[in-house]
This record gives sequence, structure tokens and C-alpha cells, in this order.
Amino acid sequence: MSNAIGKPISRVDGRRKVTGAARYTAEIELPNLAHCAVVGAAVPSGRILAIDEKRVHDAEGVLAVLTHDNLTKIASQPPLLPSLAGGPAPGETFFPMQDDTVHYAGQPVAMVVADSHERAQYAASLLDITYERADSITTIEEGRATAYEAETLFGGLMPARNERGDVETALAQAPVRVDVDHHYAANHHNTLEPSATTAVWDGERLTLYDSTMGVRATQLTVAQLLGIPIAHIRVITEFVGGGFGGKAMTWPHVTLAAMAARHVRRPVRLSLTRPQTYTSHGHREEQEQRLSIGATKDGLLTAVRHEKLSVTSPFDDWAEPATGVTSQLYRCENYLGLHRMIRGNVMTPTFMRAPGESLGVSTLEVAMDRLAYATGVDPVELRLRNRASVDEHGNPWSSDGLEECLRTGARLFGWDRRDPEPRSRREGDWLIGSGMAVAAYPMAFMMPPQQARVRVYADGSAVMQCGTQEFGTGATTAMAQVAADGLGMDMNDVTFEAGDSDLPNASASVGSMGASMVSAAVHNAAIELRRQLVAMAVADTGSPLHGADASAVVVEDGRMSLGDGSAGAGETYAEMMRRNRLSMKDALGDWTPPPMDAPHGMMTFGAQFAEVAVDPDIGLVRVRRMVGVFAPGRVLNPKLARSQLMGGMLWGMSQALLEGNQMDPRSGRWGASNLGEYLVPVNADAPDVTVEFVDVTDEVAGPLGVKGVGEIGQVAMAGALMNAVFHATGRRLEALPMAAELVMDPPGTSA
Amino acid sequence: MIGPARAPVSMRVNGEIHEIELEPRVSLLDALRDHLSLTGSKKGCDQGTCGACTVWVDDRRVLACLTLAVACEGHEISTIEGLATGGDLHPVQSAFIERDAFQCGYCTSGQIMSAVALLKEGNAATDEEIAEHMSGNLCRCAAYPHIRAAIRDVRDADTTTSGRA
Amino acid sequence: MRPLSYTRASTVDEAIATVGGDSRSAFLAGGTTEIDLIRLGVTRPDVLVDINSLPLKEIESTPDAGLRIGALARMTDVARSADVVRRFPVISQALLLGASEQLRNMASMGGNLCQRTRCPYFRDGVSPCNKREPGTGCSAVDGLNRGHAVLGTSDDCIAAHPSDVGVALVALDAVVHTLGPSGARSIPIDDFYLLPGSSPEVEHPLERGELIVAIEVPPTPLAERSLYLKFRDRQSYEFALVSVAAAVDVRDGRVADVRLALGGVGTKPWRARRAEAALTGGPATREAFAEAAAAELEPAIAHKDNAFKIPMARRAMVRALDQVVNGDAR
Repeated sequence: MSNAIGKPISRVDGRRKVTGAARYTAEIELPNLAHCAVVGAAVPSGRILAIDEKRVHDAEGVLAVLTHDNLTKIASQPPLLPSLAGGPAPGETFFPMQDDTVHYAGQPVAMVVADSHERAQYAASLLDITYERADSITTIEEGRATAYEAETLFGGLMPARNERGDVETALAQAPVRVDVDHHYAANHHNTLEPSATTAVWDGERLTLYDSTMGVRATQLTVAQLLGIPIAHIRVITEFVGGGFGGKAMTWPHVTLAAMAARHVRRPVRLSLTRPQTYTSHGHREEQEQRLSIGATKDGLLTAVRHEKLSVTSPFDDWAEPATGVTSQLYRCENYLGLHRMIRGNVMTPTFMRAPGESLGVSTLEVAMDRLAYATGVDPVELRLRNRASVDEHGNPWSSDGLEECLRTGARLFGWDRRDPEPRSRREGDWLIGSGMAVAAYPMAFMMPPQQARVRVYADGSAVMQCGTQEFGTGATTAMAQVAADGLGMDMNDVTFEAGDSDLPNASASVGSMGASMVSAAVHNAAIELRRQLVAMAVADTGSPLHGADASAVVVEDGRMSLGDGSAGAGETYAEMMRRNRLSMKDALGDWTPPPMDAPHGMMTFGAQFAEVAVDPDIGLVRVRRMVGVFAPGRVLNPKLARSQLMGGMLWGMSQALLEGNQMDPRSGRWGASNLGEYLVPVNADAPDVTVEFVDVTDEVAGPLGVKGVGEIGQVAMAGALMNAVFHATGRRLEALPMAAELVMDPPGTSA
Repeated sequence: MIGPARAPVSMRVNGEIHEIELEPRVSLLDALRDHLSLTGSKKGCDQGTCGACTVWVDDRRVLACLTLAVACEGHEISTIEGLATGGDLHPVQSAFIERDAFQCGYCTSGQIMSAVALLKEGNAATDEEIAEHMSGNLCRCAAYPHIRAAIRDVRDADTTTSGRA
Repeated sequence: MRPLSYTRASTVDEAIATVGGDSRSAFLAGGTTEIDLIRLGVTRPDVLVDINSLPLKEIESTPDAGLRIGALARMTDVARSADVVRRFPVISQALLLGASEQLRNMASMGGNLCQRTRCPYFRDGVSPCNKREPGTGCSAVDGLNRGHAVLGTSDDCIAAHPSDVGVALVALDAVVHTLGPSGARSIPIDDFYLLPGSSPEVEHPLERGELIVAIEVPPTPLAERSLYLKFRDRQSYEFALVSVAAAVDVRDGRVADVRLALGGVGTKPWRARRAEAALTGGPATREAFAEAAAAELEPAIAHKDNAFKIPMARRAMVRALDQVVNGDAR
């Protein structure tokens, strides 16, 4: 039945992207467009004493200055829930510019609207704001004494503590024990397209062009904040220049753009500047993770305790859950996972690619590497020995593949040729080392039913519509493949439309659930319309298929037949529709996710291997090669899936070696706020990457068995690299990124 | 002396002359995007740190965000919109699609303008050279290995193709 | 960005007269630093005098086998000049290891000499910074200072100088030729870069309207065996943590002549005179290199985050000397 699914088809939007024709949010042309510049608070805590606007109004082209004194109040504040849950999804439960309070540096405190971008930006720089500065906490170090154990995470969706057995006793009695205590710097998404919103009012109706990973989340959030009917808001996002979680929630600037446009009665574009992106859509928290393992001398786990401490905002208990894999990847009777937080003067942190588990599993896998050395068991063998075949509730995995991922990865990498002795391989100035880690990422079926609508026209073309969005995953390509196969049509005859809240409901594409949930709805819509069309044909006295058994009818290239090829009895959808003067026919497809307590463990597995070269004098780490093997269920388009997995693995490399931001506790501002200071990899940093698939069939994860590839590529790659650096140098580093000063041999020890 | 008010500026972009009114402070990037509707050149940082705004001025790749539009009078500006001839993609554009050398696409215009220039500059003999000379173009989706592969493909293609590059 | 007026100078004299006569004006060359800093609100000229049409782009040998680089020659053109590559490889290498091809195509050599620090507190436009707003204090001394200098610092400023090619030019005793309202001057490059002292806002001894017209590198035969080593977090497109320009003339196992300069660690491109003195006349051995490197870094002052630069710079110097003497591949 499958013609398009599984084929390495090039992106359907490729031509528009390589010719510059693809229009992103800040590029939509509108008549009479005004530009909004946001002014962020210069202090991390306190209140605004005075705002002097005089020089702003004297500047050319200024249309309005908005502050807490004249901005409309919000109607009501939605709770913080992940956008995947399908409801309003503000990134934080604080909405700025409602009063004179400042909770974090960069918090919007004013907006200047002018008739051009340059004029708005310049006029905004003329605003003179006087603050009363209050004490602030912006780092773990400052707030350690105030740490508290949170009750729940993710807006109450998950417990912050998870426990079984008696972990303390088991740790105390364990013949072998390893402890890991890591510090991880804050990370920022740095999508290459800074978030932007353009708001256009037409009477009471609002159109928002928004760079978002969830048009529905934007629609619902803005509707509640503004107190207007959902039906009055339409959100459009055709192309999004990267998401990575930074555009997964609806952050204040989106609604602020709508408020500004209403105020000046003109369309308003609000484009965040690059520095503003560091304080406008969340970040991955500064955090510490501690993990202790108790084990037998054979390396079998008897106890695991995993704790995370991170900085959250003054108003939300937000931490990326970091222990969802640790609790169940390996068999272990005694387990404790918990999250502690510090309330700091930062905005509410948020999802960032492979949220929680990119670092959570890294921590676990460094501990496992230490255990391998402590017990003398090969690291791959240690994982195989401990891996769990059921989840923490005793339910079997819906699909697995971990063992094959490990064995395939080890083979492709040449793991068996590795001398486990640390610091045993040198090439010139470089020490060579290799490391590995297991990757695993949970599937979270917290979304409401997903819908898609399909329409076949009498000329034999078809359009599939779904309110999902394209931010580089290749969704529009893969979904056209799914639609084509479901309809029994050639992919070239099928268009996939997305990025519009007027289209049928899909949740935000986050948590690696986009491909899974959207393909399920698209598939169901397609097969529903095919069923209806075939039913019409067999009931139609004018059809060559009249009276045939509908279940025996196959459709290929849009032609219904009894499976006897093009010569046999049959006709195309188009022929039948034209004969019946039916210009088009629609069907809606629904997919309801399995319940969260379904009797299956839902996890995607993989294995990461990496080789590094370390210059121990200077402290530089260069990644030579990376091998990732993953079992993501059905792969809709291997070309695109490989790209996403490769990107994830390189994100892991970046997290391991380059990315990190620090607060200056005196000013409460981030030390880095641009791409010259916050380092992401350049071409020269990125080695060639081997990505391989392990084929597993999953009958729980939707009708097509898709598990998703957005996150798993990044999970634990940082851990694999930490292990590789240990193997190269003989020294265990306890912080990310592994900056040169940490990696270099201490003075006095160098050759 | 012109400015700070708007003044007439003549810009030659992709072989076409545009007479527009600009304040001298307007960057080449904003002039292209906001005044000439050529939004293929992207604004990733506006600080010279990402390369998404890479265009050519007199056939050299430069950053449009750090260039004043008014300073380009008398020079030939080339952008991604002018790369394909008629309906035919430039070989580098085709290779980017074939190699899946982009995901979100936001850096792609800059990558391609850099890549085509690199092939002309003649510093693409090895993967190391390609990587080094493409390092002024960030790709947050990290399609870097595929970008190298696309450039390699065009470099190694037959002479008619490389002649076009 | 603040409102700007713009004019294009058609002669050197016109450029000098325009900027010399208007304190609100500034020269505009490649613009890679200047436009960035104006947009950030760090520098605030009202008038930009575009000097890119001036005939200052030549790269030529001087009669005595030195090198004269026009102030408006682009970094790319200097880096790829066959003459520079052959006779002064350290200059070519330093240029190619800086910035990106796009920026090198834009940036002029004169502009590079006037490059400003990348200290985040200087660039953020709001933090106290003696270089940006004299008298407001230095945020880096007790702040985040991983990237900052360990040599040539003062209580008022520890900002590192970001240039790569400046390091090579300092090593080679280049001379900066200027023309200004008071006439022509030739300034030894080591005097062209000023230490911050108590006036970090003054970075060069240039008067208003004084224009760099050329950089001259004196004949330096030992530069034919020279190299530039640069260490940074990323493999490309990043400023140095530590860099070294080195040229050595070894005769009979002894150092007859040596040029050494450091980048990334000084408040100016740092000529390693202590190390040179220690090496000259001595054996060309790793031990001697290490002692010389230690001597150079002896006066270094570390702050909270940048102590690592001291051993890193020592090791980098030893490696650079070793490679230039023993011809190791980089």
C-alpha cells in the first residue's frame, strides 16, 4: 500500500527556500505597516519609578509609546500548560506591563511604535526609565539556601518526586557505588529567525502572523489574554525559521503586538532583536544534577537516586523533567527522582530540544560509564545487562529496539577495537578518546484528539489540511507522503496545507510528537475519504466497479480498481466525480491518542557513539566522528528524518562543548546576549555524522507507528562526549559546556 | 552630504536599477527587505555574527546588515533572488535541495550566496577548506555536513556545471 | 540606529578636513565594527564620511623589501596576496584565522587597527564601562571576565584586544602612516596601541581627523619562517582565547633573532619582549621556550574567570616556537 511513505523524497518547500521566495513571519507585506520596538527592563528586580517619554515623542515617525500606564489590562491569565496539551499555553503566568513591578531583566516595560523599523528602534533607545532596584537572585549559587522541592512539574502534569523501594538503604548496602555531581550552564534556543509577530485588526477580528510552533496555542492564549472570542482570532505561520522549543509556547510579545496594533489602529510588526531573544521566550535552566548508583560487582543496578536543582522564575514552578528516563531505562528496584527549584529573577524557563532528558540521560549515562570502569564491565555490555524490557509500571514497551541500536552502533563505530584504558591513545598534540551513551525519550500522549481535513477535486488533485506548522522538520513533505498513500494517489497530485489556525486542530509540534500525532490524523482523514469515494463507486451504477466488494478495491495513482492493474476494471476518482458532477469531496479525519495510562511503556530508544580528539595543553576538544543509531518506529521520510537526527546529535555536541550562558549576579543580566558571545557551532565544528535506523514496529503509537525523531538525536550525546573526554584524558569533567579551562591539564601536569 | 532625512538613493540589485528614498542610516539588509521587497536575505542577528544576510557587492560576498545601503550606490548588488536564471535553479540551489542541506531554511539564502562565492573563490578543494570558508554562515539546524556535501557535488560536477558556479 | 548623515569623500584631504572639522563625524571604511557599534548605541557619530573611494588600497613591496599595505586594502586581499603569503606568512595566516570570509571582504586594514574590544560590558551599552563612559567604573574586573586580558590591564580596564592581524604586525614592528590636520606621521605600531591605564577610552594616539593611510612592514627576512597559531572555543569564526605570532631565526641551534607576540591575552596586541629577550642568544630548545614563555607571563594578572589564559598562553608560545623552529605541520 505504501508508495510514498518511507521514500527519501526531497522537501516540497525546497525550491522556495533555496530561491529566497519562502516568506517568514517578519516578511509578510502589509499596507500601512507600523513597527514596534520593545524596551526591556534594565534591572532584574524592583519597580519603575518614572518613565520620561519626552525625547521619544520628539523623534521622527513615532506613533505611540506604551507603558504600564496606558497599556490595556489583560482579561485573564491562562495557566501554564505545555502547548502539546492543546489549550492556552502562555510561556509564563506573568504578563508584563500591567503594573510597575520588575521581576526579571529584559521583561518588557515599554513599547514604541513608529512608522519604520529603524525609527522605532532608535526612538525606543531614547526612553528614559528610572528604577528602584531591589535585591535579586539569578544564579544557583545565590539562591541555594532558598531551594525547595516542587510538588509538580509541567503545569501540574507531572509529579516532581518519583520513588520506589528504599533507595537510601540500597545505596548504603551496595557493593559498588558511583556518584555524579554535575553543573550545567543555561542554554538558549537561538533559532536563526528571531521570533516575530505581526498583528492586523479588522474591526473586532484579529489576524496574527506569528513565528510559532503551535498556531492553535497562539490563538487560544491570545484570545484568553485579550478576552475576545477564539473565533475572532486567526493565526498564520507559513514558514518558521527554527523552533527547538523556543517557539512552543505563546510568550508575552505576541499579545503585546496585538495590543500595540489595536492602540495605533494599524498593522504592527514586532520583531525581537537578537539580544532580546535571550529574555523573551524562555531558556534551558541553569541546573545541577546529582546521580548516585548502587550496583552489584557485576554491574547490576540495585539503587538509583537522581536529583535536579534548577532556577525558575518568581511565578512558575518550571523545570524540564529530567528523570523520566532514569526511572525506567534500567532494571532497578530502588529508585528516587526529584526536582528542586530556586525562585530567581529570571523569566520562566521553557522547553528546549530534548527537554529534560538531553541532560537527564547524559547524567545517567556518565554515571553508567563510571560504573563500567568501577566494575570492569564493557560500557555497551553494562547497558545490555541492565536494560529494562518493561517500563516502571511493569508494562512492556510499545516497541523497543534498544539492544539492536547498541549492537549496530557498536559495530558501525568499531567499539570492539577500543582500548578502555583512559589516556592511552595519542596522535601528535592530540589525545584520542571515545565514549557512548544510551538515548531514550518518552512519548507523551497528553494531546487532545488531532484532526485533519482532506479534499479531492474532480480534476484529480487533492489537498490535505491540518493546523500544524513547518519549522524545518519537513512536516509539509512527510504529511503529503502520508496523505498520498492514504488516498492512493501520486504525491505530486497532493498538496499539504498547514500553518493556519482556521485549519483543523493539531496541537503544537513539540516533544517529538508532531510527526506521530499529525500523521495519524492525516492518515485517518485520507483513508476515510478513500473509503467514502470507493463506497460511492461501488454504489454507482455508472461505475465499472458497481457492485464490487468495497474491501477488494485498491486505489493507485488515484485510480480505483480490483487490483488487476491499469488494464482491469476501474476508474479514477476524477472520472467518477465528474460523472456525478461532484466538483470536490471532503472528509475529516480524527485521531485520539492512547490514554496516558495505557498498558504500554512509551519510549523511543537509540545509542550514541562519539570519538574526540583533545588537546590537553590547550584544552580544546574536537569531535572527530559521531554514530547514532535510533529506533523511531515508522520512518516517514528517511532523508528528512536523518537530517533531523543529525541535527539533534550536533546539538548534543554543541551542548557538550560550546553552549552556556551565565548570569552576572550583580546586574541580573545574562553575560551573553548575541551569537558572538553565546557560541553555537559553525561548519568547521561539525564532523560528518553517521545516522542509522533500527526498524521497529509500534502498534500503539498511532495507526502508522511513528515515534518521532526531533529529540532523540540530542539525548545523551553530551553524556557520550563527556565519557569520550574522560577516555581521552583520564579526567572526569563535571560541568557543561566542557570549556577549555576545564579540559586543559592543570598547570604543572603538562608535558 | 545627505541625511539624516530621507534622500534619493539609486541601487542596482540583480541587474535592475531601483530609485528609492532612504535615510542614510538604513542598512543594505533593511533596504532590500523593507524597501525593495527582496526578503530572501535574512536578518538573523543584525550584528555581523550569523551570515544569514550574505549578499554580493561587486561579486564579493559581504554582510548586508553591516553595510549601509547608501554606500552601495555605484556598486552592483546580487541577492539570492537573482541567482536562478529564468526557471532554472543554480546548481548550488539544486544541490542544496538534493542533499537536504537545510531544514528551517532561514540561513539558506546566506549559505547559498556564500557557497556560490566560495566555489568562485577557489577555496573548496577539501572538506576542511569548505568547512572553514563556510563558517561565517551559522545553521542552527546544523545541516553543516549536508551543506559541505552539496558544495562538493557542484565542485565535482562536469565542467559546464562548475563553469556556471 | 541613531539618525546619520552621510557623505562620500573623494580625496584624502577632503576626508581629513571633513572629519577634522566636525566633532560629530567619523570615518566610515569597511563598517564591520563601526556600523555594529552605532547600532548598539556604543558609539554615537552624527555624520559618517565614507572613505572607501580613496586610493588607499595598494599592497606593494617597498624598495628595501618591506611591505606597504594601503589602509583601505581589504583583509582578504592582503591575506591572499602572493607576496604576503611568501614573505610574511604570519600576516596572511592571522588574517585568514580572523572573522569570516564575508567580514574579511568588507573589513579594511586600517579599520582593523581601530577595531574595538569585544568586552560584553563595553558592547551592552548599559553596564558601567570606563572605555565607553569614562569614570563609570569597570564591570569586568569583578564580573564575568573569561575572555578578558591578563597582560597590560589596569584597575580601570581589563578588556582584551580582539585583533589577530594586529598581533602579527606588532611582532614585525610595523609602522602606521597617518595623515591628519597636523600633517603626516609615522607611528611605530607598538605605540599606536595604547595601554588602558587610567584612560581606557583613548586607544590610539590619533588626533581628530587623522587618517591611517598605510601600514608599512619593514624588511624582515626571518618572517619567511613565521606562523600564527590561534586557539579558540570554536574551530572558526571566533576571537582568540590565546594566539601567538612567531618568527625565529635559528643558527647553530641558537636563537639568533626572534619575534613573538600574543593575542587574546593583552589589552593590546602584545609584543612578548620579555620572552624575546630571554630567548635571544640562547638554545632553541623546548626548555628554553618554556622558560621564556614563563618570563613573559610572569607579570600577568588573573581575574576570576580568566586565570586559565596564563598557562594556556605559556603552552601556546612553546608550541608556536616549537613549530616554527622544527617545522611541524600545524
